[in-house]
This record gives sequence, structure tokens and C-alpha cells, in this order.
Amino acid sequence: MQGRSRGCECEADGAQPLKMNVRNKRLYLEDLTVSFDGFRALNQLTLYVEPGELLCVIGPNGAGKTTMMDVITGKTRPDSGTAWFGDDHNLLEMSEPEIVAAGIGRKFQKPTVFEQLTVFENLELAWAGNRSFLKTLRARITAAQQQRIDEVLEMTGLSGQRAALARNLSHGQKQWLEIGMLLMQNPELLLVDEPVAGMTPHEIEHTAELLLSLEGEHSIVVVEHDMSFVRSIARRVTVLHEGQVIADGDMDKVQQDPRVIEVYLGV
Amino acid sequence: MFRLWSGISGGDRGGAWFLTLLTVAAIAVPVLNLVVPASSALHLSSYGIALIGKYLCYGMLALAVDLIWGYCGILSLGHAAFFSLGGYAMGMYLMRQIGPRGVYGNPILPDFMVFLNWKSLPWFWYGFNHLPFALAMMVFVPALLALVFGWLAFRSRVTGVYFSIITQALTYALMLAFFRNNMGFGGNNGFTDFKDILGFDLHSDRTRVVLLVVTAAALAASYIACRAVVESRAGRVIRAIRDAESRTRFLGYPVESFKLWLFVFSSVIAGIAGALYVPQVGIINPSEFAPINSIEAVIWVAVGGRGTLYGAIAGAVLVNYAKTYLTGAFPEVWLYALGALFVSVTLFLPRGIIGLVPAGGNDKRLRGSGECKAEAVAANARPMGRSR
Amino acid sequence: MKHLPSDAQWLFVLLLILWGVIPVRAQSPNDASFLSTLGELREATYSEKASLIERLGQGRHPSARAVLTALLEGRLYFRNSDQKVLIVKSAEGDPLNLIDPLSLKDAGPAPADSLTQIGTNNALRRGLRTTVARFALSSPEVAVRVDAVREMSRSLDDASVALLRERLVVETNASVRKEIGTGLALAALEGADAKARLQAIATLKHSVSQDVRNRLALLLDKSPSGAFVESDEKVRRAAASAVETIDDWRTFYAGIQTLFFGLSLGSVLVLIAIGLAITFGVMGVINMAHGELMMLGAYTTYAVQVAMPGHIGVSILAAIPAAFIVAGLTGVLMERTIIRFLYGRPLETLLATFGVSLILQQSVRSIFSALNRSVVTPPWMSGSLRLNDALEVTYNRLYVVIFTLMVFCLILVVLKRTRIGLEIRAVAQNRAMAKAMGIRTEWVDAMTFGLGSGVAGMAGVALSQLTNVGPNLGQSYIIDSFMVVVFGGVGNLWGSLIGGMSMGIVNELLEPYAGAVLAKIFILVALILFIQARPRGLFPQAGRAAEDK
Repeated sequence: MQGRSRGCECEADGAQPLKMNVRNKRLYLEDLTVSFDGFRALNQLTLYVEPGELLCVIGPNGAGKTTMMDVITGKTRPDSGTAWFGDDHNLLEMSEPEIVAAGIGRKFQKPTVFEQLTVFENLELAWAGNRSFLKTLRARITAAQQQRIDEVLEMTGLSGQRAALARNLSHGQKQWLEIGMLLMQNPELLLVDEPVAGMTPHEIEHTAELLLSLEGEHSIVVVEHDMSFVRSIARRVTVLHEGQVIADGDMDKVQQDPRVIEVYLGV
Repeated sequence: MFRLWSGISGGDRGGAWFLTLLTVAAIAVPVLNLVVPASSALHLSSYGIALIGKYLCYGMLALAVDLIWGYCGILSLGHAAFFSLGGYAMGMYLMRQIGPRGVYGNPILPDFMVFLNWKSLPWFWYGFNHLPFALAMMVFVPALLALVFGWLAFRSRVTGVYFSIITQALTYALMLAFFRNNMGFGGNNGFTDFKDILGFDLHSDRTRVVLLVVTAAALAASYIACRAVVESRAGRVIRAIRDAESRTRFLGYPVESFKLWLFVFSSVIAGIAGALYVPQVGIINPSEFAPINSIEAVIWVAVGGRGTLYGAIAGAVLVNYAKTYLTGAFPEVWLYALGALFVSVTLFLPRGIIGLVPAGGNDKRLRGSGECKAEAVAANARPMGRSR
Repeated sequence: MKHLPSDAQWLFVLLLILWGVIPVRAQSPNDASFLSTLGELREATYSEKASLIERLGQGRHPSARAVLTALLEGRLYFRNSDQKVLIVKSAEGDPLNLIDPLSLKDAGPAPADSLTQIGTNNALRRGLRTTVARFALSSPEVAVRVDAVREMSRSLDDASVALLRERLVVETNASVRKEIGTGLALAALEGADAKARLQAIATLKHSVSQDVRNRLALLLDKSPSGAFVESDEKVRRAAASAVETIDDWRTFYAGIQTLFFGLSLGSVLVLIAIGLAITFGVMGVINMAHGELMMLGAYTTYAVQVAMPGHIGVSILAAIPAAFIVAGLTGVLMERTIIRFLYGRPLETLLATFGVSLILQQSVRSIFSALNRSVVTPPWMSGSLRLNDALEVTYNRLYVVIFTLMVFCLILVVLKRTRIGLEIRAVAQNRAMAKAMGIRTEWVDAMTFGLGSGVAGMAGVALSQLTNVGPNLGQSYIIDSFMVVVFGGVGNLWGSLIGGMSMGIVNELLEPYAGAVLAKIFILVALILFIQARPRGLFPQAGRAAEDK
């Protein structure tokens, strides 16, 4: 764990100056810059996520959305800038497992659930319990675990598929299962990457409901392309372009922003 | 009895059948040999007992292979190494038991050492005249090798075919080493001419029967233990590792640790199997380490049905029975048959024989191991495999 | 003949007659003494024989050399009936074919029991060798002259030294001159003058011969009384330094010899590994029958030799394409019937191909029998190249190394420059895309596998020159070749080349110290440890599906 929290006044160790007027966010990303072989994926990106907020991040391909998530989860280190989770966790000094343990969960684009296990077993494995071989050998499902799994099944709408093999689920159901697995770890911040790609309209609707139901207890950042989906869930939308935020606000405001129109339509 | 086993194994129907059959055999063999007179057609000869005992030992080896392959996707092409190490440990005990009854009459040194003009027992032979020590070594030595080798391999994320190749290299190296006459393990002759175990004459039918019953018990116990592992949460983690290793790691599970535990456990089962094998066949030599033995063990599992445990044992018994028959009746045909078996099982019977049984196909516990991975590969990775 | 002036013509004829006749004339009294010496040889004791041999050697009779050579080789006999001394063509067989010792013409056959051999002992033969060598000094062949000088240098007496000096004046070939120089220097070591000895040592310092070294080392010995054999201290020091220099050079050359052996061993591994690298790296297929494909290539070589008994030299060259085709076709067959159904399942292909290997082994046993067969080395590949006294390279190994490099370059060219090579690489990198572009991926798969298998067949040809051919040939090398692929990096030709060569060299280095078995064990363990540091080998290839889980 890092030595100081974000709110501290000390700058003596030469760290980046913090924007001290910004507080009480769940996630602080400030002036992040990431370059790959000369190409700037993130260009002094600054973004904040409120606690309990559901934020949609949109933008054309190559805007830096995935890179931003990689920085948050520790997969990529930025060249400059700061990233804080809450006021206590300096993400840039933490390893990937540590970041997961601190309460950030990421759902990737392609669902990777355990095909040969049942939905129930998938969720059971995701439970944040003791993970040593010996302990798992003797572990039995406790009542608390049972309850939690049932809750998650309920939330994701998979109660009926409890005993089904994950490989037999539809694409949409697999996505929900994966979100469910994330939820088992009870993360404070969920990063969801293109959740509705490949889903039927019915499934998309259900996904929207699911994400909305999580709002408040969890902070969620959703990256998506599907505009109607974004509209249906977004309170707040951030538009990225060439590694920077070019617009931020509710859906209408963003859609009428001339810069956004230019970037999307090239007009 | 079926219900009894059914109850114990918790709804594992295939396993219940297997255990029932095993119990029946364990009762029938003593009866057919000791009670039924030798003149009767039903009498089971000493040779027959030894043969069945051998099959049971091979069944245990197959169990060990299935545990790591069918459930965790670790294909070991050198598992006969652990089998042989256990066998050699037992062999060392039995050699010490010969005492002064050997050809050269030396009470301490086995014949081959006298032949090599050695004056004293090497340090690693100390203690093998006590059965408890020997028993401990039968378990400890394979486990130690598995621990070191597995730690080195898994730690550096050596998986898949690479792992299989180096396990083959490992057993090959051991074979070369044990063939050397001055290693102190009997060289290319190995150990043989055993007299007795714990004071009981190895050639008497009664001892043979007891050994067989002990082997059957060991097999049953191993089966139940493996089943317990596989049905536990750890077993689910292991299957998760098999299907999506990085995902499992991402969930926070110490994948290498799980693999290592499983590998060591499997090696212990193989070692015990080898140890029980030696007194029943009466000989152990370095050719037991040959890579072909390990690969044959894999084919037993593939034929029977991997990922089922009882299928592996069935496969071992079936294939070895065929081998005994063919090498007796048509010796040149055996290798052709074995080769053809390899090819046809991989092409046509990916689930093994158990997969053909309708009930077995629906059994929740029946999980093929290779196909799901292929799908995951196809879905996630760059398209390399052919889409089917 | 050009038209000479008439005087010159007559002069020419006269000279011709004189030249042709006079020597014969001039030898006539010598003939008699020659024959009488021969007669004495018959009855003489061994010590008497020695002086007789000496006499014959000095006599310079034109037939002396033949007679002395015959005596050395045990082919000098005398006829029981008339005590006449005769040479026989060969000491074996009955009847024996005779040669007249004087005219060296055929003298007809005679039954073996009508003749008695004129015997020699070891000491006599030693002397004979030297004597015969003197005659060889004037042979037209360089190699014979060099050997003659060497032989003479082993036992130098005044006569030999004089002969050598004589020869030095007329000798034109540089290597023979060098040998004579060494011989004369060795003789000078016996001289009384310390300065001359020092000079001799200075000359001998540049030699790398074991004989010279030992001779110099003798100078450092002590006699039984405790005094040094060599009285002059300066000379002793020079000798000691010379011995050291020679030893250093010999060690250096021995190292090169080991390197060469390692390279030849490594070449075989490289040939096998190339095939594996192609099938494994490009197609993700582990082919456990690869060793057997190589074995098929070796047996093809044997079969070609049996089919062309009179043309061993050509048979090897014919065997190369034959082996390629046989092994390649087998590979294509395997791919079409079995492997193409198992793509994406490397562990299953491993098992299935293992089954094929068993079938191939057993087939060969049935067709050719389980015994080993030996393949004859063609004459142009036999023998060795002697670079100097400390370094000798056998031709067969040398050709194997050259062959390997040629095959390697060929494969590289095929993969990088030809259309099929391009298609192979495309399919390897992105199958779906290649298919979408109209490449017939199934055909490419078959060709790739056939190519890899064909190279294995050619490896078999090479191997047949180095070892015996048997059904288990594949098994002995398959593990080694997997090691090379794992070490060098999968799918990478350069990795296979470097990996194979280095493993061959390491094996060769270790063998003298540890023995063949321990060397192998050591390499295996070292590889397992190496994989810790570099799990993907020396030259890893990114993103191969065979390794993805």
C-alpha cells in the first residue's frame, strides 16, 4: 500500500501537483498520458467518477477508451499523470491483483466464463473467499455464500439457469453471468467494456436494467458504442477523442455539442 | 452393495458401479483360488491372480493420469517414472528381505552388489530393511520428484505440449540413469528373485491373494480420494484452470499452487501403484521408465474416457487385457493394434468408451477436456485452428 | 615426331639405344649378386637377414624395392624344389600366383604347399619399413613421399639423413620439404653441437606432431643416474618451451576437432529439428512420428543402395530425392487422413501421431526385419582430410555438415522466396484471412506437412552415413530433436539451427568427461532449467495458438 493519501498537502517528494479542489470522488484520473511507439493513446486525460455514479464513456475507435481502462486496472502504466481510487489508493503504485483486491472489477468484451461448470459453480468460484488449495479442498458452501449467490442470480436474471452449464447459455446470458461473477467480489467500481455487443434487443434491455439496478451501491463506468443503449442508461456521458475528454454532460447536451458532431460525423 | 457404494460416493453412478465390481472381484478372487479346488474349471491360477493384480495397479496409474489430465489438462508423458520409483522403493525392500538366501549368500548385500565387488551398502539403501521406512519412501520419493519438477515447470508457466515433452524427457533421463550398472539399483537387470514380504512367501497363493486384496483396497481408496478432490471446490477450481487458466488466475486463484498440489498427489498414487505392482510381478527393471510405458498409460485413459476417473480404470483393464491376449496369440500384431488404437481413439472416440454409454453421456460429471478449450481458443484467440 | 636434322636423328637413336641397353648391360653383374643375396635370405638367421636387407637396400637394384616390400608384407617365398626365391602376388588363396623377383614379371601359379615363406620378425619389419620408405622418397605421389619421410624420421641413421638431405635439394613440394626439414631437425637433436640442437628445436617448435613432441620431451628426461639426458641447460629450456608450445597447439586443434564432431552431431539434430520446426511452428502440430519419418529416409537410402549395387557412389545422391519423396508422401498421407481432423487439439495430435509411429516401426520390422542394416559409405565420402598432425576431419561428417547447411538454406529460400512459402506463412499467421484471400488452406497444410516430413527423410539419409539403420532409429533421436525445438524456439528455423548445433557441441564436449549417458542427463536437466528463464526458447515466436490456453 502506498504511504500517503490523496488529500495530503505534501508535495515535497516531487509528485505531480494534485487538483486540491476536487474531492470525494470514487475515481480520479488526472492528466494521464500514454504513448505507444509515438502514438498518443491518452493525451492528458482528466476524468472523475462520483461514488455510486453510472458513467458512460463513448468515443470513436482509437479514442483511448480501452487504454484508459488498462491504466485503471494496472495493465498499462502511464507516462505521466495520476490515477487514484478513492482517497487512499494510488493505482499507479499497485499491482493488478492488488487493484482487484481494492475493489475495482473489470468485465472484458468477450465473455470468459467457465464453460464446463454450472452457473452456480461459476459464481461460487468468483466468491472472494480463501483461495488456497487446502482450504478450497475442504470448503463447503456456507449459508451466507448461498444467499449471496442467490441474490446475484436474482439480479442478473439467471435464477432459472442455476444448474445449467455455462457453455449452454446464450451470449447475453454469458455476459450477465460474467457481470454476476464480478458482483460476487462486491467491487466498489465496475468497469464494463462494451457489454451489449452481439446481444439481441431483448437482452440489451435486460442489461440496461441490470446496470441501472447496480447504480448507487456501485460506481460503474460503461464503455459502449450502441447509442440507444447509452441513452437508456446514461445519466452522464463523457466523450473521448484522441485520448482526451472533449465533452461531458447528459446525453442531450453531448449530442448537440458541435465538437462531438464533428468528431463523429467528420463534418 | 451397489446402494452402499452409491451412498458413499454421493450419486456418482459410474463410480458406484466400479466400486461394486471391484468389491465383487476382491471377494471372488480369494474364493476362486483358495477355496475352489485346482482341478475345477473355475479355479483361478496363481498366474491369473498376478495378472488381475497387475491390471489393478495399472488402473491406479491410469487414475493418477486421469486426475491431472482429464480434470486439469496437464498431459504427463512421464508418469510411469513415478510408478517405477515407487516400484524400485518396494524392490529395494524386497531385495533386503532376501538376506542371506541370495546366490552369493551375503546377508547384507544383494547379489548384484556382490557381483560388482562392492564392499558395503550404499547410503541410500539404509533403512530399506524396515517396511515402514520403505513404505514412506514409496510415497516420498515420487512426491519429491513431482514437487521439484512441477515447481520448476509450473512456475515458469510451461504448459501444454511443452510440458508433455519435458515430462517425456524426464522419464527418458531416469531410464538412462537407472540402466547404469554403477548407480546401485541393479543396472539393466534391476531387481528380481524376491523371496518374501514381511515374512510371507511371495510365491504362495495365499500371499498373492492378500496382495491382490490390498491392491483392490488401495485402488478403491485412491478412487474415493480422487473423487472427493474432484467434487470439492478445489476440484472446480482445477477444472476452471483446465478450461480458462488466465481467467482463473485473474479471479485470484494461485493457479501454480493448485497444479502443483494435484501433480504431487497424482504422483503419490502412481508411486503406490508401482509399489504394489512389484511384488505381484516379481521384478522391476529400468525399462519400466521407458517413455512408451507412460504413453501407454495415457492411451488407457483416452480409451476408457478421460475426465471420469472410473473410465480411466476401465480403459486400463481393457487395453491391458487386449495386450495380454494379443502378445500371446499374435505378437507382431500388438504394436499395430496399439498404434491403430491411438489413432482411432483420438479421431473417433474423444470421450472414450464411457462416452458411448448413453447414461454416461448425460452424466453431469462427464466433462470432455479438449473440446471446450478448442472452442475457447476459437472464440478468443487469433484464428489458427480450423473451425469445425 | 618432328622432323629433326639427320644428324640429330642418328644421335637420338644412338642415345635411345644406349639408354635402353646400357642400364640393362650395366646391371648384369648386379643381377647375379642380387640373386645370390636373395638366396642367402632363405637360410639366414634374423640378425643375418638384417644385414642382408641392408645390402639389398644399398644395392639400388631396380627390383630391390619390390622384393623388400614383398618381404615386409610376408609375400617372399622360396620354392621347395629348386630353392628359388619368388614373390607371390598375394599370400592368400591356393594356388599362389608367382612373380619373378628379377624381372618382376608373372611366373605362373604354384600350389601353396610347394612354397615356403621367408619369415620376418618385428625388428626386421621395422627396419624394412624404413628401408622401403627410402625407395618411396622418389615416388611421384606427394602423399607417398610424405609418409616415406615420416617413416624414415622415426628411425634416423646416417644413411637416412643423407638420403633426406639429398632429397631436399630436388624436392619441389612444400609439404614434403617441411617434413624433410622436421626429419633433419630431429636428426640434429642427436648432434654434439649445442647450437645445432638449439637450432633444431627452433625448427621443431612449429610442429604439432605427437612424435616430435615426445622426442623433445625425451630431452627433459633424467637418466637412471639422476643427471639430465640433455647436458646443456639452454637447450633444455628451449626444449621445455617447445614442448609447451606444441602441447598448446595440440590442445587448440583438439578443441577444433571436438567442435567439428559437435557440429556434425548437431547437423543431424538440426536436420531433424527443421522438419519439426516447420510442422510444429507453422501448423501447431506435434508429430511424434517424426523420428520414424527420418527412419524411413534412412531405410530408403539402404533400399536404393541394394537396388544399385554397382554404383554406390551415385546411390547416395539418388537416395536424397528418393528419401524426400518417400517421407514427404508419408507425411502428406498422415496429414490428409489423420491430422487434419485434429487441428487445434495439439495433445490429441501428439497421441495420434504416436500411434502412427508405432505402426511405422512395426511395418519396417515386418518388411526389413528387426535387425540393423548397415549402409555403405560411398568412396568419395570415405576417408578423411588431414589438415595437420593434430587435426583430422572425416569426409562423411564434413559432408553431413555441408549437406545440412545446404538444406537449411534451401528451406529458407523456399519459405521466404517462393509462392508456396508465402502461402505457408500466410496460413500460419492468419488462417481465416488466408482462406478469404483464396488460398487453398487444405492444400497448403498438406504441403507444409509434406515439406517438414521430407526434410526428416533427408535427415535419415545423412544419419545413415553416421550410424546403423534400424527400426528404433527414430526413437533414439526424437527426444533430442524435441529438445532442440524447445531450446531454439518453436517455429523458428534459425532457432533450430543454432539450437541444434549448440546442443551437438555441448554433448560432444561433455562426453569425454561424463560419458554418453550422463552427458545426456545433464543436457536434459540443463534444458529444464533453461526453460525457467526462457519458457519459449531462444527465439520465441509470438502468439502461437498451440501455446494459448
